[in-house]
Amino acid sequence: MPYLLLLPGMLWLIIFFILPLVNLAETSTKTRAASQETGEFIQTWRFANYLDAFKEYQPQFTRSFIYALLATLLALAIAYPLAYAIAFKSGKYKNILLILVIAPFFTSFLLRTIAWKQILGAEGPVVFVLRSLHLIGPDTTITATSFAVVMGMTYNFLPFMTLPIYASLDRIDPRLLEASGDLYSNGVTTFRKVTFPLSMPGVVAGTLLTFIPAAGDYVNAAILGNPTTKMIGNVIDSRFFRIVDYPTAAALSFTLMATILILVTIYIRRSGTDELV
Amino acid sequence: MVDMASSATGDLNLRNITKSFGDFVAVDDLTLTIPKGSFFALLGPSGCGKTTTLRMIAGLEEPTSGSISIGESDITHTKPYKRPVNTVFQNYALFPHLTIFENVAFGLRRRGQKDVKDAVEKVLSLVELGHLKDRKPGQLSGGQQQRIAVARAIVNRPALLLLDEPLGALDLKLRRQMQIELKWIQTEVGITFVHVTHDQEEAMTMADTIAVMNKGRIEQMGSPVELYENPETVFVANFLGQSNLIEGHVQSDSGAETSVDVHGSRILLPSSRNRGKEQKVLVGVRPEKINIHTSSTSAGKNALEGGVVTDISFVGVSTQYQVEMPWKQEIMVFEQNDGGAPNIRKGDRVTLTWEPHFTFALSPES
Repeated sequence: MPYLLLLPGMLWLIIFFILPLVNLAETSTKTRAASQETGEFIQTWRFANYLDAFKEYQPQFTRSFIYALLATLLALAIAYPLAYAIAFKSGKYKNILLILVIAPFFTSFLLRTIAWKQILGAEGPVVFVLRSLHLIGPDTTITATSFAVVMGMTYNFLPFMTLPIYASLDRIDPRLLEASGDLYSNGVTTFRKVTFPLSMPGVVAGTLLTFIPAAGDYVNAAILGNPTTKMIGNVIDSRFFRIVDYPTAAALSFTLMATILILVTIYIRRSGTDELV
Repeated sequence: MVDMASSATGDLNLRNITKSFGDFVAVDDLTLTIPKGSFFALLGPSGCGKTTTLRMIAGLEEPTSGSISIGESDITHTKPYKRPVNTVFQNYALFPHLTIFENVAFGLRRRGQKDVKDAVEKVLSLVELGHLKDRKPGQLSGGQQQRIAVARAIVNRPALLLLDEPLGALDLKLRRQMQIELKWIQTEVGITFVHVTHDQEEAMTMADTIAVMNKGRIEQMGSPVELYENPETVFVANFLGQSNLIEGHVQSDSGAETSVDVHGSRILLPSSRNRGKEQKVLVGVRPEKINIHTSSTSAGKNALEGGVVTDISFVGVSTQYQVEMPWKQEIMVFEQNDGGAPNIRKGDRVTLTWEPHFTFALSPES
């Protein structure tokens, strides 16, 4: 009975994913109880919760997707050459470089983000260098800006972008590149017509692994941002745990999930069917 | 650059080509001319330098010293994409993300040809796969991929087509069929084919000229018949088909005929077929040239007596005998199953005879 093997996984998913999701969906249409007691809500099937929440937090939604998009593009710009170098040019240092890519995972996500606060801080090396070069004024700071938030996200999700791209580049048969050269392509053309199209699965996987968590991220905005750089994750966090407004938080969570799902579906459809060459 | 690529035609000349990887000399002072329009095979065991030679012609490796030219133009240091040379790679190296049509059109498009449809369809019909043009390589069988790899190369009308063990991944029956097809395609398009293989039968079936390579050098070059009937070195004698090589000492040389003492028997051969330099030689004869007899009738022929049949195997078209000679050497004999084969059993004492003009003699050091 092969289905028996699915049982543990199915149970896990039902208990820790499906049930909470159903619970969240149910919470999202509740309204505050008449008693006005904190944390007490009754089911009224008020779907207008969604509209209200979206209207109120539309700027944070937009900001989340813009930051996530920027971080994804930046991470792609950094990760692709990195993955390319590791896959094709690193020789015997390949494993060491791969370990270096994964190394940040040995410390906590939170800790690394706080470290970025130091790096970008007023006394930190980045500000010092930029000030010395007169690229920024003596009073300009970098922390608590949207720039710092996007930088933090780019940094934090870089390995998720690098590894899938590396994996698909590493799989490319070097003879295909030789064949391309043999058929009158110079290095640039070979990259455009052979290497890049063949690395598309990695690029798609990497951008999704970066964009999805980045869109819902709140740690970077909380640590490296200011009140005007709040992302939707921060709103959900405060609605849930500070204001204790479960229905709005649940409605926002669902809206975020649905939006990501739609964007991702469109993206996969496009990158899958469009002829990329 | 494109003009140069398409205009260079003529014989391919390799002059004093050496390629070393660290201490290892893969190709050692190789000089070779491959005439325009010929089907040329570089034949040798793995590690003999044949693939390295091919890769240097393709521009995928640069020679340590020496020069490569096609006709008048020197291409020793020309980038691969600027050479009028195309390659059929060992595992075909078809682009998995492109359709068959786009795979074949790849080279034409890179050279800026706008209308590729006619040329691509023509070459696809030459390899009889026009109906598969919208498929991806992964949906094709090995034999079909092989033909597409050839089509993708010859559509560019290169001065030179390089084939790197092109049939290695195919099963025996398909390989035979593709051998005939490749030969036909070569005749049809008239492009110089340089074919690298370790399969002597493949080389003999297809090539006009074969260069047998060993340890980075060419042992012997010639037509398949020449190499088979008149091998000049021990390596060639053993690598192309089977040979019986027996130690002997040259007794006399009349200029036309050489007489060799082989373990007490007098073996004659035309002096022109004696490649030995000293008195001590290896006398060679191909197994199918030998006749096997139970009586000792040897008028006018070379004969070795006192053999004992140790093994007989029937392989359909012929019967193969293994005969142990008094000096403990096994001699192979192939007899055609044409009704004339004698009734011989294991353990029988036999005499082996053959015509003097089938005999060759080699230097034992070669």
